Amino acid sequence: MKLRIFVTLKPGVLDPQGKAIHKALDGLGFAGVNDVRQGKLIELDVADTTDDASIDEMCRKLLANTVIENYRIERA
Amino acid sequence: MKTAVIVFPGSNCDRDIAVALESVTGRKPEMVWHGDSTLPDGVGLVALPGGFSYGDYLRSGAIGARSPIMRAVVEAADKGLPVLGICNGFQVLTEAGLLPGALMRNEGLNFVCREVALTVENAQTAFTSRYAQGETITIPVAHHDGNYFSDAETLDRLEGEGRVAFRYAGAVNGSARGIAGVLNAGGNVLGMMPHPERRIEAAHGGDDGRRLFEGLLETVGA
Repeated sequence: MKLRIFVTLKPGVLDPQGKAIHKALDGLGFAGVNDVRQGKLIELDVADTTDDASIDEMCRKLLANTVIENYRIERA
Repeated sequence: MKTAVIVFPGSNCDRDIAVALESVTGRKPEMVWHGDSTLPDGVGLVALPGGFSYGDYLRSGAIGARSPIMRAVVEAADKGLPVLGICNGFQVLTEAGLLPGALMRNEGLNFVCREVALTVENAQTAFTSRYAQGETITIPVAHHDGNYFSDAETLDRLEGEGRVAFRYAGAVNGSARGIAGVLNAGGNVLGMMPHPERRIEAAHGGDDGRRLFEGLLETVGA
């Protein structure tokens, strides 16, 4: 089973990298970019028998730092 | 005092901290590989060094914090053993849940490598007893991810409980409330981004860092 885990910074957590990307887009002349937030995409290939609770635990224990990040699990 | 230094793949200040500890305690620390699962008997301090454990993969300190040895470090810390995490060691301690908050990319995105002025915010801890309350000291920093973040409620609690040990005297990396070093609730775990082990003798430009180790030796005992 293939999974895609999207890890994103929580709202309100400053994202200096997103800001730098935003500035670069402005510099390239792209108008109308309101905001940029950078996150991570982690692709997992797990046994079909892996249950939801284990997947959620993987996210909470390692893949995301829930102090600053949210995560979303997408089944491919 | 017998001490231990945890060595992760990618640690690069492990020898610096070993030299500092030996210089102050008169004993060579035990170097403990991250893959070990037990700490040496009778250690009075565990130090987690600076560097780039696991190449900072995933998040700084994230993989190191899940190393086998960290289970033993967390267990010992919970029983009151002093644990000092410097730079990457601080990142590992937050990732391991021994300290609150997280260390994020520096606000200016630059790697900051210079001497900084720190204010000693709490001189009544096992780590800071040789400093005066409110004293300004000079210690070098060298980091990319030193921007301390925590929610406002946690920050208020840390400040209220005297758990902010050091604060940057000027702007360095965007840290919330200028926090440079924090303690756990028990006061036996300190994480700090600045490198006291790089400031232990006159040849380093001063010995403001040395007093941290001397204070520990005095508090924890020989």
